[in-house]
Amino acid sequence: MTGLWTLFYKELLRFWKVGLQTILSPLVTTLLYLLIFSHVLESHVQVYPGVGYTAFLVPGLVMMSMLQNAFANSSSSLIQSKMSGNVVFLLLPPLAYWEFFAAYVAAAIVRGLVVGVGVGLAGLWFTPVTLAHPLWMMAFALAGCAMLGAMGIITALWASGYDQMAAVQNFIIMPLTFLSGVFYSIHSLPPFWQALSHYNPFFYLIDGFRYGFFGVSDVSPELGLLIVGTCFLALSLATLALLKSGYKLRN
Amino acid sequence: MTPAIEIREVHKRFGSLHALRGVDLTVEQGEFFALLGPNGAGKTTLINILAGLSRATQGCSRVMGYDVVADYRDARRALGVVPQELVYDAFFTVREMLRFQSGYFGQRKNDVWIDELLHNLGLTDKADIYTRLLSGGMKRRVLVAQALVHKPPVIVLDEPTAGVDVELRQNLWEFIRRLNRDGHTIVLTTHYLEEAETLCSRIAMLKEGQVIALDTTHNLLSAHAAVQVRLKLNPNRLPDVLRPLLAAEKAGCFNLVLNDYSGLEVVLATLREASVVVDVLEVSKPDLEEVFLRIMGQAGKEAAR
Repeated sequence: MTGLWTLFYKELLRFWKVGLQTILSPLVTTLLYLLIFSHVLESHVQVYPGVGYTAFLVPGLVMMSMLQNAFANSSSSLIQSKMSGNVVFLLLPPLAYWEFFAAYVAAAIVRGLVVGVGVGLAGLWFTPVTLAHPLWMMAFALAGCAMLGAMGIITALWASGYDQMAAVQNFIIMPLTFLSGVFYSIHSLPPFWQALSHYNPFFYLIDGFRYGFFGVSDVSPELGLLIVGTCFLALSLATLALLKSGYKLRN
Repeated sequence: MTPAIEIREVHKRFGSLHALRGVDLTVEQGEFFALLGPNGAGKTTLINILAGLSRATQGCSRVMGYDVVADYRDARRALGVVPQELVYDAFFTVREMLRFQSGYFGQRKNDVWIDELLHNLGLTDKADIYTRLLSGGMKRRVLVAQALVHKPPVIVLDEPTAGVDVELRQNLWEFIRRLNRDGHTIVLTTHYLEEAETLCSRIAMLKEGQVIALDTTHNLLSAHAAVQVRLKLNPNRLPDVLRPLLAAEKAGCFNLVLNDYSGLEVVLATLREASVVVDVLEVSKPDLEEVFLRIMGQAGKEAAR
């Protein structure tokens, strides 16, 4: 287990050392969203009865920043190692493929949570936030970060360069997060788009996470967690299979 | 005794390229072994297969008796590899890198050995510097330290002295020799053949994915090396009988190539009979470079047939 812990610690230290870029800058970006959207929409939109738009928006932005940062952590770390060639430092030692997986996902979770907590705390400045079901909130936060951490590994394994990495980030991850109900409840959408949203796993993450705050959700949290958990399991098995086969790492 | 390295019938194909064509090689424990060959011969591919960085298409390899695929954890613990590429992690200092590498191999609190490595490689004052800020030679030393951090019984160095200055090269070899004396098995690839000649007791030569020569350094030198003789004669004319031995005629000197030292006697006897006086006579010692070129050349001719 020493190998796993060392890799986990190394991954933590890596993003911590460049904290301006990995923690502070996503924090500032998210707060700008919060500032602008709450300013424009607070007096016009009420998604749930009795919940102000800013209060509705905060959990959505927290989840969004967690997802994006969890993804960014594992994917950018691994692609950098691959491109610079220093991934051999991880391939020469007797690290098992599951240790490799666990360390990257765990570090992605920590990075996601650190940014998420930061956004959440800053959100308190704008609006009081209630916590109806903290355990549900935690469960969805962990599931979301873990899922995106695994997606980050898959992407970095597959990508042959930074261009392909950025493509996945901008054409898959960003649309899925933006269209998952961060800024709105899917009930406000036309039926077609509402139905389509149910095929977006990120929707269940944000919906369930919000349930932790307000006790209100579009889908029951049990069903949400089941769907999210299944997605995470499937992604994990896929990642483990890729790592075990040495896909694009051990040719 | 279990061989340090055992390679059996290893083939590697990259698409249509047949990079290794049935390599068989055994390196015993405690040997100082050289793997030579021109660029693209398959040396690095072979090392990558041993290290688990690449998978053989066919055949099997063992390190200290452990199969590199089936018992990969034990095999990798037994092996330290200095990669050819000058890679480093921009985020960390030398000491951090060594601690991580040690941890990946399951060894925590390894600072005594890490300090010793830093000292022996002249890196003590660089320990807390980011590896990206070091010069090429220093980065190379860090790679060596990283390969040795888990005290592997078998050490593979893939062109460790490429681009390294003379002084460091000397220090490095002194250190590697000491490790060899302490019982570590050393395998190296290099393009500096004089290094292989002075350091290694046994040599394998690889060409186009095949082992074309495998013997002790001494045997290779005596079996394949031609003796070169430079003669300045008075009168300046080479007897016709000796013409077939002439390799070059330069600055009034004749360069002859003989198969061995006994040929020298014949040359001198012929000259005496022809009443030619020898003004200058230089015999050059056979070196590995010539042997290498000869063997590579022969293999080329055989392949062309």
